[in-house]
Amino acid sequence: MSEPLDDLYRDILMEHFRYPRGRNKLEHVHLHNEGQNPVCGDEIEIALELEGEKVKDIYVSCMGCAISVASGSMLAEIIKGKSLEEVKKIAEVIKSMLKGKESRNELELGDLEALKGVRKFPVRIKCALLSWTTLIDAILAKEASKKAQISSSE
Amino acid sequence: MKSTEQLAVTKNISGNGNGFDPEVIRRDFPIFKRKINGRRLIYLDSAATTQKPNAVIDVIDRYYKFQNANVHRGLHTLAEEATTAFEATRDKVAKFIGGVKREEIIYTRNATEAINLVAQSWGQANIKKGDRIVITQMEHHANLVPWIVLSRKTGAELVYIPITPDGFLDLKDIGKIISANTKMVALTQMSNVLGTINPVEDIIDLAHKRGAVTLVDGAQSVPHLPIDVRAMDADFLAFSAHKMLGPTGLGFLYGKEEILNNMEPVVFGGEMISEVKFDYADWNALPYKFEAGTPHIAGAIAFGSALDYLNALGMENIRNHEKGLIAYALEKMKELDFIKIYGPLDSERRGGGVSFNDKDIHPHDLATFLDMMGIAVRAGHHCAQPLTRLFGVNATTRASFYIYNTINDIDALITGLKEARRYFKYE
Ligand SMILES: Cc1ncc(COP(=O)(O)O)c(C=O)c1O
Repeated sequence: MSEPLDDLYRDILMEHFRYPRGRNKLEHVHLHNEGQNPVCGDEIEIALELEGEKVKDIYVSCMGCAISVASGSMLAEIIKGKSLEEVKKIAEVIKSMLKGKESRNELELGDLEALKGVRKFPVRIKCALLSWTTLIDAILAKEASKKAQISSSE
Repeated sequence: MKSTEQLAVTKNISGNGNGFDPEVIRRDFPIFKRKINGRRLIYLDSAATTQKPNAVIDVIDRYYKFQNANVHRGLHTLAEEATTAFEATRDKVAKFIGGVKREEIIYTRNATEAINLVAQSWGQANIKKGDRIVITQMEHHANLVPWIVLSRKTGAELVYIPITPDGFLDLKDIGKIISANTKMVALTQMSNVLGTINPVEDIIDLAHKRGAVTLVDGAQSVPHLPIDVRAMDADFLAFSAHKMLGPTGLGFLYGKEEILNNMEPVVFGGEMISEVKFDYADWNALPYKFEAGTPHIAGAIAFGSALDYLNALGMENIRNHEKGLIAYALEKMKELDFIKIYGPLDSERRGGGVSFNDKDIHPHDLATFLDMMGIAVRAGHHCAQPLTRLFGVNATTRASFYIYNTINDIDALITGLKEARRYFKYE
C-alpha cells in the first residue's frame, strides 16, 4: 500500500505478532510486572524465571496492537539467557533506536531491527516500548528493594 | 462580523428547502485543502475536536491585529471594544442553549474545568458522608474523575447507573439508584463512545423529586443537538467550544442563578472581586466571581462567530444531516461481518459517531492504516476506560461526524476497512 506502512509492518514483525513467543506460563516466577499503555489502555503482563542473575525463562502476555505484541515477543526471544544487566542495556539501545538516535551498539539486535520502522510513526513508539518499560520497571524495583534490604540490615 | 464564506452558507440554506450541503460547507474549512499522506483528508474525529471555518479563524486573526486589549479593565477604545465583543458571545451562548440569563453563563477553559468547578465548589460545600452521588457507566473521565475524588474526600458514596449490552442506560432500578440521600446526579447527554442519547429530562425530573442537584455533560450533545436547557431543567450544563467549530481552551458552565449565587469561587485573583482590602475581599457578582484572571478573549469572540455559523445552518438541520450519516454508516458497517459495532443501532436514539472494532485488527493498527489513506479516526478508550472495559475490550475505533462530512467520507471509510483486511492478510 505505502512504503512507510510496509516499513512499519515488516514481515518479521507480523510473524512475531501472529506467533508470539513466550506465551507459556512459568513454574517459578522471580520477577513479575504488569504494564499499561495509558493512551489506549493496552495491557501487558511479564514474568521472569531467573537462574542467578540470568534469565532462564520468560512469559509475556500482551493484549494489544501488532506493534506492542510483536515487540513483546521479540523481547521474550532476545533476553533468554541474558543477565539482567544485559537486558537493561538492550532496552536502552531499543529506546534510542526508536527515538531515532543511531547508537553504535555492539549488541546483536536480530529481529528487533524490524522495530526501526516505528520511528516514522511517533504515536506508535509507546506501543513498541510497552513491554520494555514494563520489564525494566520490574528490574529496577527489584534492585531498589534489594538495596533497601541491604541498607536496613546494615 | 460576517465573512463572505459564512454568507455563502446562509444563502445556500435559504436557497432550497433543506439545502444543507456539506460539500458547500467544506469550502469554509481551509484544512480540507490539506493532503494527508498524499490523500484527500477525510476527517472522522470531530467528537475529539471539530475543524474550524474561516469565519472563526479570521476573527481570531482580526482580534490580535486590530482589537487586542484586555477586558473589563481599560477605559480606552480598544478595551471597550474587546469587552463588548467578549460579552456579546456570552449573550449568544445564553441564547444558544435555550435562552438563559447571561449571568448564568460562566467562561471556563473547557467542559472538564466546568465540571470540576461544580465538583469543587458546590460539591465540597454540599456533599458529606452518608450522601450519594449518582453518575452513569458511560461517563467520560471528565465527568467521572471529579466525582471519584469528591466521594473519596467527603466519604459520600458514588453509585453508577448501569448500561445495557446494546448501549443504553439501564433504567430498571433508577428509582432505587437515585435514592432519597442522593445529592448530585451527573450524566452525559450523549456518550462520546457509544453515541447514545440519554433521556436526561426524565432522569433530571426524578433527581429533582429526590431533592438532588443535576449536572449534564453537554460536551457531545450541545454541538450536535438543539438544546433547551430550561426545558431540560438541568441545574448545570458543561460544554466545550472546540467541539463545535470554536477554538480550544474555551468552555462554558451554565448554572441556575440561585445555585451559582450560593457557590464560592474556586479560583481567586483579579476580575472576580468587588472590593479588596489588605485583609479582606468580597466577591464580584455573577458571572464574574467565577472568572478570575484574563480569559481567552480572542477565543471567546471567535466562538461568537462559530455560534453564528451553527445558527445559520440550524441545529435541527445539523441533527438531521448527522442522523442521515450515522444511519448510512451503521447500515454499511452492518454488512461487514468482520466489524463489531458498539452502541445503539437506531439512529433516532444516538448521535455523535460510531465505535467499532475489526475482529482481528487492533484499533491502533487500523487507525494507522486508515491514516495512510488520509482517513482520521480515533483509536483507544476515548477517555472512558471503565466503559470500554465493560464491553470486554481495551480499545475501540471511533469514526465521528460533523457538518462537513459526506456520504463519500463514509464510503471511503468502508473501503478502508476492507483494504485493511487485505493488507493485514485476513482476507
Ligand atoms: C462526553 C464528554 N465529556 C467531556 C469531555 C471533555 O471535554 P474537554 O476535553 O474539552 O474538557 C469530552 C471530550 O472528549 C466528552 O466527549
